[in-house]
Amino acid sequence: MAAPNVRRPGFSRRAQYSTFANYVIAFIGVGIGLVLLAISSGHEERFAGLRTIASDAGAPAATVAASARTGGVSLWDVLTGYFTLGSRVASMEHDLAKARVALAEQAALKEENTRLKATLGLFEGEIKPVAITRLIGSTSSSSRRYATIGAGSAKGVRPGMAVRSPLGLVGRVTEVGAISARVLLITNTDSTIPVRRASDGIQAYATGRGDGTIQIRLSTTGLNPLRRGDAIVTSGSGGIYRPGEAVAVVVSLTPDGAIARPLSDPGQTDFVTVEPLYQEVLQSEADKAAEEGR
Amino acid sequence: MAPPLPPGLRTFGKQRINRAPSPALAIALPWLVVMLGSLSPIWPLIASAPILPPIGFLFLVAWQQMRPGLFPVWAGLPLGMFDDLYSGQPIGSAVTLWSITMLVLDFIELRFPWRGIALTWFVASAVIGLYLLLAHFIVGLGTGGMAPGILLPQFGLSILAYPIIARLVGLADRLRLIPIRAV
Repeated sequence: MAAPNVRRPGFSRRAQYSTFANYVIAFIGVGIGLVLLAISSGHEERFAGLRTIASDAGAPAATVAASARTGGVSLWDVLTGYFTLGSRVASMEHDLAKARVALAEQAALKEENTRLKATLGLFEGEIKPVAITRLIGSTSSSSRRYATIGAGSAKGVRPGMAVRSPLGLVGRVTEVGAISARVLLITNTDSTIPVRRASDGIQAYATGRGDGTIQIRLSTTGLNPLRRGDAIVTSGSGGIYRPGEAVAVVVSLTPDGAIARPLSDPGQTDFVTVEPLYQEVLQSEADKAAEEGR
Repeated sequence: MAPPLPPGLRTFGKQRINRAPSPALAIALPWLVVMLGSLSPIWPLIASAPILPPIGFLFLVAWQQMRPGLFPVWAGLPLGMFDDLYSGQPIGSAVTLWSITMLVLDFIELRFPWRGIALTWFVASAVIGLYLLLAHFIVGLGTGGMAPGILLPQFGLSILAYPIIARLVGLADRLRLIPIRAV
């Protein structure tokens, strides 16, 4: 619809000045945006306070919405199961996927164990999670892949902690509010994880591609030993992620590595666990061992 | 252009004698609708790839095309700031792009005051496409990686979503001007 021409409001000086001021403010807005962008671009930590306040404010509503989401997913599974071979198919496929991951993790653990026993004899026990919570949102329209979880510093969540679902690694906590925290998903282009192949321990790096897949880059050059269907697990170097956590499965090969699909689809995840910093777990175990040795 | 009201609302605001639209509702509703769209990251949808259209931005473009002059030209500054808090983009990205969008749409409005649905949809598609591309470019400035190919599904969805969004805006526009205040 054609509106009256707001640029020429008539002879009223007041109306003319206010129209002019509107445009001045609009151009100042562009300027302010560019300045903010120059400050924040490439520096993730700046303005983190503002963002965590905003995400804390939205967290209660988002938590309610998230519980509706997981209910909706199971309803959808039941419906699709009815049209295929009964609702059991959906749950069995889910269990099978879990079992596959568990199997890959077992293989990785076994290999890890033999190596650890050979070198240190350090005992790695079960790690108690810091918090068990829901994924309550994700930046679903931006190229930057972040998710929000419904637990924050009130539950002991701190930046750097790994977040995983029963199916595999989801990401790493970057910003923490009181009752919510922001998680860098493993598919983000900023995210790089030291990984290895579950079967034999070939070292590589897993970098997000921003489109839901992961680029696997081998540390060594030469013949590409990866095959489709290889399970990729964390190697534990760097001390952020504990070794042997399932990350992805190779779907296609590239000249210097492979493209892999993450095992944990954040959209299908009901609950996630936040794990303590692996570096500190190692430290406490080393202290314990020293105590016993004395 | 304005869609019919749902049956439950037919009687609501029926009495027109002695009634006028509430100024608070008429002024606040467009802002609230856009901000609600900006909150889409906390909607119950978790995605590992960017597929959801930028709903808040679509609402802004739809309002601006359907009711030009309803938002002041500087509306991109506060609304963009709000969007930045939730969208996951670097802060300042939406402030810049939404402010520029308001100026561009204002120029288009002056140049083509009478638009059919084809031109409206084309203008919206062009603006959305440029917005997605520039937003991706801004993310790439910080991280180095740029792959505009991953935007294609999102761009397609956004173009298809625009008429639906425009209809929702039409519905909100009718709600906005319902005469509920006794005079």
